[in-house]
Amino acid sequence: MRNQLATELLFSLSQPGRRGALYPAADVPVKPLEELIPKSALATEPTGLPEVTESDVIRHFVNLSTLNMCVDTHFYPLGSCTMKYNPKRHERLASLPGIVDLHPYQNPSDLQGMFELLYETQEMLAEISGLPAVSLQPAAGAQGEFTALLTAKAYFEDRGEKRTKVLFPNSAHGTNPASAAIAGFDCVQLASSKAGLVDLEDLKAHLDDQTAVFMVTNPNTLGLFEKDIKQIAQMVHDAGGLVYIDGANMNAILGITRPGDFGGDMMHYNVHKTFTGPHGAGGPGSGPIAVRDFLAEFLPGPVIKRNETASADEDRYVLEMPAKSIGRVRTFYGNIGILVRGYLYLRTLGAKGLKAVSENAVLNANYLKAILKDVLPVPNGDLCMHEFVASASKIKSQNGITAMDIAKRLLDFGFHAPTVYFPLVVPEAIMVEPTETESKETLDAFAEALRTILKEDPAFLHLAPHSTNICRPDEVVAARNPILQCCEPQ
Amino acid sequence: MPYLFNTPEQQQEMLQAIGVDSLEALFATIPAELRLNRPLDIPPALTEMELQAHVSQLAAKNVGPGSRVCMLGGGAYDHFIPAAVDEIARRGEFYTAYTPYQAEASQGSLQTFFEFQSLICQLTGMDVSNASLYEGGTSVSEAAFMAMRVTNRHDRVVLLGSLHPEYLQIVETYLTHLNCEVVVVPCDNGCVDPADVDAAMNDQTACLVIQHPNFFGTLEEAEQLTEIAHKYGALAVVSYDPISLGILTRPGDYGADIAIAEGQSLGTPLQFGGPYLGLFSCSEKFVRKMPGRLIGQTVDRNGKRCFVLNLQAREQHIRRDKATSNICSNQGLIAIRAAVYLSLVGKQGIREVAELSCQKAHYAAEQLSQIEGIDLMFPDRAFFKEFVVSCSEGADYLLRKARQAGFDLGPELSRFEFKNGAETYRTGVLVAITEQRTREEIDRLVTALKA
Amino acid sequence: MDQSNLKFTKTHEWVSVEGEIATVGITDFAVNQLTDLVFIELPQVGSTCEAGKVFGEVESVKAVSDLYSPVSGEITEVNEALVDDQSPLSDDPFGKGWITKVKISNASELEQFMNADDYHKFCESEAH
Repeated sequence: MRNQLATELLFSLSQPGRRGALYPAADVPVKPLEELIPKSALATEPTGLPEVTESDVIRHFVNLSTLNMCVDTHFYPLGSCTMKYNPKRHERLASLPGIVDLHPYQNPSDLQGMFELLYETQEMLAEISGLPAVSLQPAAGAQGEFTALLTAKAYFEDRGEKRTKVLFPNSAHGTNPASAAIAGFDCVQLASSKAGLVDLEDLKAHLDDQTAVFMVTNPNTLGLFEKDIKQIAQMVHDAGGLVYIDGANMNAILGITRPGDFGGDMMHYNVHKTFTGPHGAGGPGSGPIAVRDFLAEFLPGPVIKRNETASADEDRYVLEMPAKSIGRVRTFYGNIGILVRGYLYLRTLGAKGLKAVSENAVLNANYLKAILKDVLPVPNGDLCMHEFVASASKIKSQNGITAMDIAKRLLDFGFHAPTVYFPLVVPEAIMVEPTETESKETLDAFAEALRTILKEDPAFLHLAPHSTNICRPDEVVAARNPILQCCEPQ
Repeated sequence: MPYLFNTPEQQQEMLQAIGVDSLEALFATIPAELRLNRPLDIPPALTEMELQAHVSQLAAKNVGPGSRVCMLGGGAYDHFIPAAVDEIARRGEFYTAYTPYQAEASQGSLQTFFEFQSLICQLTGMDVSNASLYEGGTSVSEAAFMAMRVTNRHDRVVLLGSLHPEYLQIVETYLTHLNCEVVVVPCDNGCVDPADVDAAMNDQTACLVIQHPNFFGTLEEAEQLTEIAHKYGALAVVSYDPISLGILTRPGDYGADIAIAEGQSLGTPLQFGGPYLGLFSCSEKFVRKMPGRLIGQTVDRNGKRCFVLNLQAREQHIRRDKATSNICSNQGLIAIRAAVYLSLVGKQGIREVAELSCQKAHYAAEQLSQIEGIDLMFPDRAFFKEFVVSCSEGADYLLRKARQAGFDLGPELSRFEFKNGAETYRTGVLVAITEQRTREEIDRLVTALKA
Repeated sequence: MDQSNLKFTKTHEWVSVEGEIATVGITDFAVNQLTDLVFIELPQVGSTCEAGKVFGEVESVKAVSDLYSPVSGEITEVNEALVDDQSPLSDDPFGKGWITKVKISNASELEQFMNADDYHKFCESEAH
C-alpha cells in the first residue's frame, strides 16, 4: 500500500525547532563571530532551509524513491543509454577506506594505490579502443567530445593549420554539434543514406581543407555498424581531417573491433554506460578519451605515468602534464568514483567476459527485433548491433497510435519505455536497447506486452499510463510559466 | 560468466529466431579486416572474492584519513556526512535509474531534484537553481558562457586572481580559443583590491567572477565587487562555499546575478576529487539562458501536482549547436546526496557546521601562528574556515613534518601557477579546518610542529 | 483573414507592407508544425535586421525554431504582448499574432516572395 503522504513536499514537513543532525558544542574557546568576520559579511537572517528530523528525511526520500522505475526493479530498454545491471560489489569496493576518502591534494607518495588503479584503467581503455593515449579527466561523454575537439584544434594549430569545420551526420547525438560549437567550430550536418548510414557522397561533397574533424557514432544511433568506416576514415584523412568516434555505443563492439583499428583518431567512452557506472538518476557520468599517439602531447593534464625505473624510495606512479596540453577541463583528476567502478567491472570481466558482453548485447537486440518484426517494423538495416530503432510511423497512420502512446503504456506492463523520438531521422522512432544483462524470458515478456498494446484501443492508449501515480504531465503549462522551486523568492 | 543470463541452449534458440547460425554471424556487418582477431590484452577476470582482495591491497597502498588527520582544503573538504545520506544514495531506485525523461516512471527523482533546486535557492537566496552541473570549476566557465549570452558581450570576461587557480585554468581552456579575452585581476595579498577590479572592467565585459571566500580562504568585498560589475553592465558571478552560507551573507542578498559553487561539502565524500557537484543558481530573469537540466512543477492529466524536466528546448538534444551548453548528464546522484544533507542539517545545523568550522579554524590559525617559523601569510585578512600559513623552512618541510605527526595539510601553493600573484605565495600552505577537527587534534599538531 | 495582401517566405514567415513599414509574422502552417508554443524571443526595438537572417525564435516544449527576417531594415515595433501570451500566434497568426514591424531599407527584397496561392501549394508539397 502506497504511503499517501509520499509526495508531500519536504518543506511542508518543516516545524520550527526540529532537528535532523546535531553537532557537538565547540571544544575550542569561542569568540563572538563579529570579532572573526566583518559584520557586513555576516548574514542577518538564518537560511530558509527546512527543519525536519532524520526519520522525516528517511521516510520522505525512501517513499519518493519508490516512485521510480530503475534497473534494479525493471527491464529498462532505453536506447542509447545502455541500462545494464549495476553490480553491487562496485558500491561496496568503491566505498572502501583508502579509496573513497582520499583528498585530491594529498602527497603523491600516499596515493600510489589509487594512481596504480587509474594507470591500469588508462591502459585497459587504450587497449579496448586501439588508441594508445588516454585522459581520464572528462566528467561525461559531452565533455569528452569537447576535450577531444580542443585537442584536435591544438594539434592543427601546432601544425600551422587553421581548420574551422566539424562535420557530423544528422543522426548524431545533440551533444556532437553542441560540443563542436562550444569548441569554436562551425557545424556542418550531413545527410544519412537510405540505409541509415553515413552518406558517402554528401561527406565527400563537404570535405575540404577547412575540415578539422568528422564526428561519427559507430555503431551509429540507428544501431547499425558503419560498414564503410574504413573508407570514411580514409576520405577524412585524405582531406587532412581527423575522425572522432562517439563511443556511446561501445557496448556492441568490446573485443570485437576497435575504433583505432577502423580509422578513428579520437574517441570517448561513457563509463556510466558501457562499464556500468551506474547512471545515478542522470549522473555523474565519466567520459575519458583515447587518442592516437600523435595527439597525446595535447591532452588535458595531468595524466598518470608509470616510472619503470623508479628506485625503491621513488614513486612508481607520477602525475604529468602533457607537453603541449590544452590545459585543464575540470578540477582535480576526473570522476574518480565512476572510473573506479569501471575498473572493477573490467577486472571482473576480463577479455573473454568483455567480448561476451557485446555478443550477448547484440544477440538480445537482434532477438527482440526478430520476434517483433511483424508488428513493429525497423526501417533500416537487416542485422542490428546492440540496439535497434523501430518506427511507429505506419501504426500511427493506420490507427493513430504514436510512439509516445506505446512508451507510456509499456509502463503499465512493468517495463520502462524505450527511447522515443530519437534519432531525429526516423519518424515516430522507438529505440530499443535491451543490453546483455537481460534474459530471453524478459525479452519474450516484453515482446508479448508490445503485441498486446498494439491490439488495444487507441483512445485508451492515448490516456496511458493507467497504473502510475501520475499520468501525462502538462509540459506546456510547465514551460510557459516555469515553477522551478517550491518557496517564494525571499 | 558474471552478469549474463542466456544459457547456451537459449542462445541457440535465439539465433534460430533471428535466422543466423552463430553469434559470429551477428557481426556480419563488420568487415572481416576490421575485426580484432585476438583476445584483448587486459588482466584476467577476477571473482568477487579475488576482486575484493585485490582492491583492498590497492587501498592499503594509499594513506587515507583513517591514519591521518585531514586538514586539506583547496576546494574539497572533509566535512561530516550523516549516515542517512549514504542510506538514501545507496537506494537502487535512485542510483540505477536514468535521467527522468519518462516523468511517470521517475517522479521520485524529479521531485527530489525539484526539492534540491528549492534547497539551493533557500541556501543562496537566489531565485532559481538548476539540477546541477559537473563540478565547481566548470560551473565557472558555464557561468561565463551564460553571462555572454545574457549581456550579448562575447569578447571579454574579468576574473579575480583570488579564484581557485584550477578554476582559472578551466576558464582559460574553455574561453580563450573562442577569442574571448580572459582578464585576471592581480591578487598579491590574499584579496583583490576593488580599485584594481574597477580599473579592469569596461562596458564590453560580460561578467566579473568573484570567489568568496576566495581560494586563500579570505573574504572578498563581495558586495562592493558586485556593485562594480553592475556599474559596467556586467553580470556578477559569485563562487561561494555552500557551508559558509550558514553564517555569511548570501549571494542573493548582495546582488549576485549567478551564484555557483563546488557542492562536494554537502554530503559527498572526497573520493579523490570526483564526482563532485556543480551548483548553479541565478536570477529568474535569466532562466532561459541557463545551462543544465531544470525540473519544473506542473499538473498531470488529472490535475495532480507533479514534476517534469522543464525548458528542455535550451538543451543540446533539441537545440544542438545552439544549445546553452553541451552538457547532457548532470550529477544526479550527488545532487540527491546534497538534498538529503541539506534536509538533515536544516536551518540550525548549517549554521552550526559553519560556526564550528569557523571557530575551530580561527583557533588553529592562532595556535599555529604562535609557532616559531610559522606565520599566517595574510594576518590582516578575515577568513572563514581556511587560511594560508608560511613556514620559514619552506612548504615541503612543513608538510613533511605534519605528515610525520599524522596530519595532512595543504595544498601547498607552489602546486599552482599564479600568473598575477606574488612570488611569496610559493612558500604558502593552505590549512582547512572543518567541524570534524577537534581541539585535541589541533593541539597535537601544534605540539608536533613545535618539536 | 484575407491573405491576398500578404507575401510569404519559404521559411514560413509572412510580410505585409504599408508604405515603408513591413509587418512580419509566422504562418498558421508554421505554428501547427511547432505545436504548442511556450516562448518567443523578440528583437530589440531600434535594432536592425537583415533579410534571410535570424531575428528571434519561438519555442515549443520539444522544439525551437529560428525566425528569419524576410526584409532588411530597422525594427520599429515588436509585439510585446506575445512575450506573456503566445496564443495570438495560433489563434490569429495574420492579425494579433504579428511579431515585428520593420522600416524597410531595400524594397526590392519583397519581389522574391510567394503570394498566398503559391504559398499554400508550397506547404502542401512540404507536408508530403
